[in-house]
Amino acid sequence: MTALRRLFFFVVGLFLALPLIVVAGVSINARQTLAFPPQGFSLSWYGQIFTNAEWRNALIASLTLAASSALLALLIALPLAWFLWRRIAPWANIFQLLGVAPFTLPPVITALGLLTFWATTGFYGQPWTAVISHGIFFVTLPLVTLSLGFSAIDRSLVEAAATMGADDRTVFRTVVLPLILPYLVSGYAFAFVLSLNEYIVAYMTVGFTMETLPIKIFNALRYGYTPTMAAVTVLFLVIAAVVFGLVARFGDLPKLLGAMSDER
Amino acid sequence: MSGLNLSHVTKQFGNFTAVNDVSLSVPDGTFVCLLGPSGCGKTTLMRMIAGLDLPTGGSIELGGADITTVPTHRRELGMVFQSLALFPHLTVGENIAYSLRIRGTPKDAQKKRVDELLAMIHLPGFADRSVAKLSGGQRQRVAIARALAISPKLFLLDEPLSALDAKLREAMQVELRQLQQRLGITTIVVTHDQREAMTMADTVVVMNGGEIRQAAAPVDIYRRPADSFVADFIGQTNLLPVEADSAGRASVLGEVVEGIALPAGTAKGLLSVRPEDVQLTAPGHGAIAGTVTFIRDLGGAIETFMEAGGAQVIAVSAPRNRPDVSVGQSVGIRLDPATSVVLAR
Amino acid sequence: MRREPPQRLADYGPLFFPAGMLTVFFVVPFATMIAVSFFQREQGGFYTAAFVFDNYARFLSLFFGKVLGFSLFLAVAVAVACVVIGIPFTYLLSRSPRKIQIVWLVALLSILSLSEVMIGFAWSTLFSRTAGITNLFVWLGLMVQPQALTPSFGAVMTAMTYQAFPYTVLVLYPALVRLDPTLTEAARTLGASPVKAFFTVVVPALRNTILATLIMVFIFALGSYLLPQLLGRPQHWTLSVLITDQAIYQSNMPFAAAMAVFLVLVSLALVGLALYAGQQRQAK
Repeated sequence: MTALRRLFFFVVGLFLALPLIVVAGVSINARQTLAFPPQGFSLSWYGQIFTNAEWRNALIASLTLAASSALLALLIALPLAWFLWRRIAPWANIFQLLGVAPFTLPPVITALGLLTFWATTGFYGQPWTAVISHGIFFVTLPLVTLSLGFSAIDRSLVEAAATMGADDRTVFRTVVLPLILPYLVSGYAFAFVLSLNEYIVAYMTVGFTMETLPIKIFNALRYGYTPTMAAVTVLFLVIAAVVFGLVARFGDLPKLLGAMSDER
Repeated sequence: MSGLNLSHVTKQFGNFTAVNDVSLSVPDGTFVCLLGPSGCGKTTLMRMIAGLDLPTGGSIELGGADITTVPTHRRELGMVFQSLALFPHLTVGENIAYSLRIRGTPKDAQKKRVDELLAMIHLPGFADRSVAKLSGGQRQRVAIARALAISPKLFLLDEPLSALDAKLREAMQVELRQLQQRLGITTIVVTHDQREAMTMADTVVVMNGGEIRQAAAPVDIYRRPADSFVADFIGQTNLLPVEADSAGRASVLGEVVEGIALPAGTAKGLLSVRPEDVQLTAPGHGAIAGTVTFIRDLGGAIETFMEAGGAQVIAVSAPRNRPDVSVGQSVGIRLDPATSVVLAR
Repeated sequence: MRREPPQRLADYGPLFFPAGMLTVFFVVPFATMIAVSFFQREQGGFYTAAFVFDNYARFLSLFFGKVLGFSLFLAVAVAVACVVIGIPFTYLLSRSPRKIQIVWLVALLSILSLSEVMIGFAWSTLFSRTAGITNLFVWLGLMVQPQALTPSFGAVMTAMTYQAFPYTVLVLYPALVRLDPTLTEAARTLGASPVKAFFTVVVPALRNTILATLIMVFIFALGSYLLPQLLGRPQHWTLSVLITDQAIYQSNMPFAAAMAVFLVLVSLALVGLALYAGQQRQAK
């Protein structure tokens, strides 16, 4: 049984890793050819991301977009999740549903909705529209982690604070916020990483005026191959692994993903 | 009028009445235990005193001021929760200093008060510990110290000792009572443990079905229960049917017991007799006839179970007065009229 | 602090910003899209306000029927493949030591968040003639000379399964972690082998979860918009690809919007079905 399980895990792991291994391989080719096993060794394609103005601008655009849209998603999700936890207001769950919808529906739909909206309002192509678009598109992630975080707070802690003289605002600042912080951070991390990688919404809203890295790679794919694409892919994979690894290190990843308790 | 006064306090959740028309006066400096089985409304009553729930009727006064709808955070309370509710993100010292900190007390004054309180609960030098690293008894003490940090007008404890093991619980009961007497603070404890209530309280308030059944000193609750629920809930008791015979004398299980009188105008009642007030004699001579069914020797006490006239009667004796009986033996049962109480059936 | 319904206007305070943002930037755009789907298309990429059903009428063509049919078929195939591999995998994962679980979860999350562009690029590399897997087969002597495996249906199917697999595992994970481990232990004491216990106890106990997961993954696969383009031939294009194509390259917003509305209806119907299945599960 153990051997069978190991084999199964190995096969699945291989399936998941194979394309990435090949991409990592071609990213260190010495010459600009698509070849595997790599011919020669060079890290210059990784250097390209930072030295070539086009790639660097795309990287900066992606990081700026991800950082600001994840923040916006958090600013939308936090008061909403707090309200739903603090008050008895079943009708307000409609907003929870609205917050989860963009992520559940096929992304093309949200993208097209935002495209028609920005075109109709005349803001189409403005860089800030991408921030709002991603903020709305990824609000689901902090909303889910925060709802989980709030439900994990023992309400008697809040009552205890009240008996000791804390009003609503003080309770939020001194008890709720410190306890919710890990969920706040992981919600931001999830939204950040996914925004970094998102293509269709960014493309439909600002695709013709701004290049994020996924857009840049897609455009590059259509005009021919460069190993920088592979280097960016590896870089993004590493960023995601580091971010989720940190979330796992400082938070409770299985619990965040829906496991009931923290022991097992 | 000082102290805590509840008048006609009622709490309804939809169609369910959790607390029904409760009135109670708690003079300053007294220790009150709200005692009853789970679901009797004692916790709801305490939550209304704390302002964590709002009454649907009646009013609550503290120190002469109506506080019925005053928000919890302005009531100047100290409360210990069943879960203790220690803040996991704060150290022991920060937990204790919380109510001082949010009132803007200067740092050095906070520290002084924390040290004072830690000394009081016999945990000096624990200020920088994490609350997660404390034992159950230590957490208990920290929760108590935290609630007392501002010298509150009212000290509330909701099943404070339920998480502790039996030995530690008994020790904490004594400690809590001594602390309360030293500080002279008005204290209300919710508990379902009658031993706990008897140990600590000046006044035990027995509740059932959302109502107060009796509020009195522990010994009165035990010796003079107001009704059969209280008699049965507090300690062990024999509740035996008592009837007036044709001559008007009280008869228990077919035998007339001298010295017991039913209230005028009633023909039936229940006699509450504590097991230690039941005496075994030889059968006959006016004693109630019974048969021994089981003997439980607990070392410190011997319980003799008997069947008499279709009812079970229990007698408890000290080892030196061990009755010389065995299972199956016919015995005579004598009740002490001076310590027996006639209750409404 | 009591938890009670909001009473004063200030109690609603925290709701203003989220509700406003979600309404203005999700509900309104959605409504705009629905409105545009009834608009009249003009030459040159513009459209005028109207109320016509022309855009929906185009669904009735044979071409559109084929695209829809293929999209649904592809999404079903991907969902089935993912769930068939995902259930035993997630089950075994949920019974693994916590450390191993965390490593896998981090890896799965990383791949899940990887841009579809990058997944498409990675697979097109793996399926390419010069850097692809066939080079390995040649080296092993299984093939005479390397060849390109794209564009093909197999390539599309493989890459989409790759993309949806982490999602499948993460959807299944909560249900499987919470599954009472004594269930299989009981089956084992009654004489079932581990494999038999899995099929006779775990799978039936999770019937509704599996159905709900199938639907979730189906919708996820329905949303794939780049892989069919990058790895397939035009006949492998799905509804999502077509919507993107119409909106961006053909500049036919009303028709794209009409297709999107149609896709929403299909998805919503399926989400409803998934929720219904979930409720059935809870009711039991």
